[in-house]
Amino acid sequence: MTLIELRAVSRAYDGGPPALNDVSLSVARGEAVAILGPSGSGKSTLLNLVAGLDRPTSGTVTVDGVRVDKLGEAAAAKYRRASVGMVFQFFNLIDDLTVADNVVLPAQLAGVPARQSHKRAADLLDMLGIGRHAKAYPGRLSGGERQRVAVARALMNRPALLLADEPTGALDTASGEDVKRLLVDLHADGQTVVLVTHDLSLARDCATRTIRLVDGRVAADTTVEPVR
Amino acid sequence: MSKGVGRPRRVPSIAVGVAAALSVSAAVLGLALLVASSGPFDRAFTGQRGAHLAASFDAGKVTTDQLSATVHATGVAAVAGPYPTMAVSVSVGPNGEFRLPPVTVVGRAEAGGDVDAVTLTDGRWATAPGEIVLSADGPTIGVGKSLRVPDALGSPTLTIVGVARSVSRTAGAWMSPAGLAALGKPTGYQMLYRLTTASTTAQVDAGRDAIAAAVPDGALTGATSWLTVKQEAVRTIALFVPFLTAFGVLGLIMSVLVVGNVVAGAVGAATRRIGILKAIGFTPAQVVRAYVIQALIPAAAGVAVGVIVGNLAAGPVLTQTESVYATTGLAVPLWVDFGVPAGVLALVAVTAWISALRAGRLRTIDALAVGRTPHSTRGRWAARLSARLPLPRPITLGLSRPFARPARALAMVAAIGFGAAAVTFGTGLAASLAEVQALRNSNADVTVDTMGPPQEGPEGGPPPPGDEPPPSDSQPKGRDPFADGPDPATVAAAIDAQSGTESFYGMARQEAAVSGLAGAATVYSIVGDSAGYWALISGRWFDKAGEVVVPTTVLTATGTKIGDTLTLNGADGIVTARIVGEVFDTSNDGRSVYTDAATYPDRNPNEYQIAVKPGTELTSYSKALDAAVDSLGLSAYPSVNRAGGDVALAVTGLATTLALMLVAIAALGVLNAAVLDTRERVREIGIHKALGMVPRQTIAMVVASVVVVGLAGGLVGTPLGAAMHAAVMPAMGDVSGLKLPPVVMDVYQPAWLVMLILGGLVIAVLGAVLPAGWAAKVRTATALRTE
Repeated sequence: MTLIELRAVSRAYDGGPPALNDVSLSVARGEAVAILGPSGSGKSTLLNLVAGLDRPTSGTVTVDGVRVDKLGEAAAAKYRRASVGMVFQFFNLIDDLTVADNVVLPAQLAGVPARQSHKRAADLLDMLGIGRHAKAYPGRLSGGERQRVAVARALMNRPALLLADEPTGALDTASGEDVKRLLVDLHADGQTVVLVTHDLSLARDCATRTIRLVDGRVAADTTVEPVR
Repeated sequence: MSKGVGRPRRVPSIAVGVAAALSVSAAVLGLALLVASSGPFDRAFTGQRGAHLAASFDAGKVTTDQLSATVHATGVAAVAGPYPTMAVSVSVGPNGEFRLPPVTVVGRAEAGGDVDAVTLTDGRWATAPGEIVLSADGPTIGVGKSLRVPDALGSPTLTIVGVARSVSRTAGAWMSPAGLAALGKPTGYQMLYRLTTASTTAQVDAGRDAIAAAVPDGALTGATSWLTVKQEAVRTIALFVPFLTAFGVLGLIMSVLVVGNVVAGAVGAATRRIGILKAIGFTPAQVVRAYVIQALIPAAAGVAVGVIVGNLAAGPVLTQTESVYATTGLAVPLWVDFGVPAGVLALVAVTAWISALRAGRLRTIDALAVGRTPHSTRGRWAARLSARLPLPRPITLGLSRPFARPARALAMVAAIGFGAAAVTFGTGLAASLAEVQALRNSNADVTVDTMGPPQEGPEGGPPPPGDEPPPSDSQPKGRDPFADGPDPATVAAAIDAQSGTESFYGMARQEAAVSGLAGAATVYSIVGDSAGYWALISGRWFDKAGEVVVPTTVLTATGTKIGDTLTLNGADGIVTARIVGEVFDTSNDGRSVYTDAATYPDRNPNEYQIAVKPGTELTSYSKALDAAVDSLGLSAYPSVNRAGGDVALAVTGLATTLALMLVAIAALGVLNAAVLDTRERVREIGIHKALGMVPRQTIAMVVASVVVVGLAGGLVGTPLGAAMHAAVMPAMGDVSGLKLPPVVMDVYQPAWLVMLILGGLVIAVLGAVLPAGWAAKVRTATALRTE
């Protein structure tokens, strides 16, 4: 069943050459897709369009039945809240909030009752093995632990889609492996994952399909058997 | 320094420029007020080459040639005149039904001259017959309106073509000499003199004697010394100096706060950029120099704008101040226009230097890490506490924000606090002046007296009880305020018989010498329930014969206090009375004594003040009562309270203008700080938006981030404003020798204070709305890429 569908999507900035050029692809529910490509190939632009952070110059972006390209600012925010969890290269945690407060934030923005959201956050932190850090501030954690916090936050509202932008890009090897295993496990539990990476080994280990972008176009779309 | 290092970044540059503009505007205005409050009479007198002596001559006893020759009198330096003069009774209104007190009209061909170069405040000089220029210190009627001269041949109509101010107070109105001649034969001449020395009464008197000796005996009918005019003017001016000084100082403080806060914020926000500069080889000194220059470029532009805006804003404020000070020629001094920009630029440079020095001294690695590594731990306790509040999360996120940047928050609190203080002070002042005005007015609805209907003006009425001038030769017969009235029982019966009468009191007057008081005082003996018509400062109202209530001025002049006795030596004999109360009373220059009618049993009231029942129609009530008391030699007419005095109105207007300006400056200060804060947090805002924060929630978060500082500003500023009111009002009263009663001082009601405190919140929210909208609109993907 299709979760993401892009049809003839192009995105150009300020009259320059298109960052994405007539891209069409679809992602089925439960798939783990790695978007690969060199710098400037359009990977992050693709991710932003799917996340509703940006709008295409032309073409359509549909996620979970929602025409994301037509959403206004408020509707796009609500869409992200409900359907998308995001993990960033540099974590993007709020430094002034504790780990638990960071994780619970998407639920609070969605108006989920406090008792329910705090229980969900505690469960997630336990599940990801960082429950003991719930009251710590992100600055006290290692890179791998911070990325786990970011993943917990991304999963808080049980999104249909987990988007990860270079999730191991800012981590040392051990932490990178740690996050890699986490993504594999999430996918194994049925989570749809789209990750953008330079890291071929991450793509090979986590993804069931790789899409290679070159100069804004899909150069290759390959189904792979992940190494488990 | 490499090209581009100091290239200003847009938002901080705009913020610094706007802050500098605001700061200069506020400082120009503040200093202009302070300068205006420093010796305004002397400056205006010098500016107009004021007359040391304004002399009046009997036209029948002296020729114009003889008057012109007085320029050679000993001690005379310059003269203007001779100008023909005439006392003219004029009336206004559609049918000329409002008769004004007689004014001295001087025939002058032009406003300028070697002496008393009067300043036109509106319109133009009278050049043709039928045109008149009124004194700005007289009744406010307005250019273009007409006056009738009922006593002149043919009852001609004059058109007011201008309003002018003579600091020397040489006339009530001016016409062209030919225009004045058309009204009738001038009765006198006016000569205006500047003397070689006129700094003491003796010197002015010597000048007057020399002039008198130069003309035929009896020709000089009067001469007004500039020292007398100055004494009166300075007394009025001094009344308002504390008030304007307070506003001026507020403006200066806010100016420093706004620019210091924003420049420190703008340079502090560039810490990471400074780290990059150092990483590529810049020394700390080069970095500091670059950033001081970077701050000075937009500041210089802002300063230029600020001088223009400050002068534009000062224009109307100084015009209002001229009305308050009854002076002319107030302007922003040149040294202010140059000194303030220099001062603000120096402040910008020093603030930028200190902020850049801090950043420049950071280890390069630490400076580079700003934005990537965790922030300082300041304010986390507030974030933890606010998260527990039962409020939507965007609001609790915003509420804790000021605690993460305490220095900036404190500066914002101070700016809002001074804005709130200005509003509190201004509104309190206006309320107090309104109370003073109310106390000067009679509370009565209808007046019955022996003096007949009032010669009322369009904007004023008869003086309130006790405010009439002493009788003079010029007073029309039958209008003697000291005349004995008819039998009070008969009058009371007539008033009681009128349907609609609620209450009344009757009052008789006599002049009396008071022990310890130089000159005569007016003694009012009152029958009926009169206590509620006056405001007591201390003690109580009299309730039997032999008790008196007096104004503060009498207590001060006689060196007495409540409980002491005064001896009153009047037409009805010598009475010794005990002082039982101190009353707020500005009538008769405070030379009044109030006592029970029983103190003077042989004197009948000649004036009654009546309050009617609600819903009673005053005109028909007055007509009916007038008919009833006519046979007693009395007239009844609706009481007409005097309108708010021009000065009180001007002060209230000025207070409102200044308070609004300071509020605007405070709000713009918040705006600038909020813009910087929002810009610093743009990445964090992007994260929130990526996590699903909708624009409405973003706006709520940014607005909530100023709620605490707004409330704190209100909480700090409102008591400060009330304290200023408590200090300035008595200071203004002291100048007039008045103590102010509680009703004038206690103007801040609890509900009003709460509103004023919330006013700080309003100022803060006003300042945060624009940055909040900007934060809501910022593209999430762009915000997330922001370093």
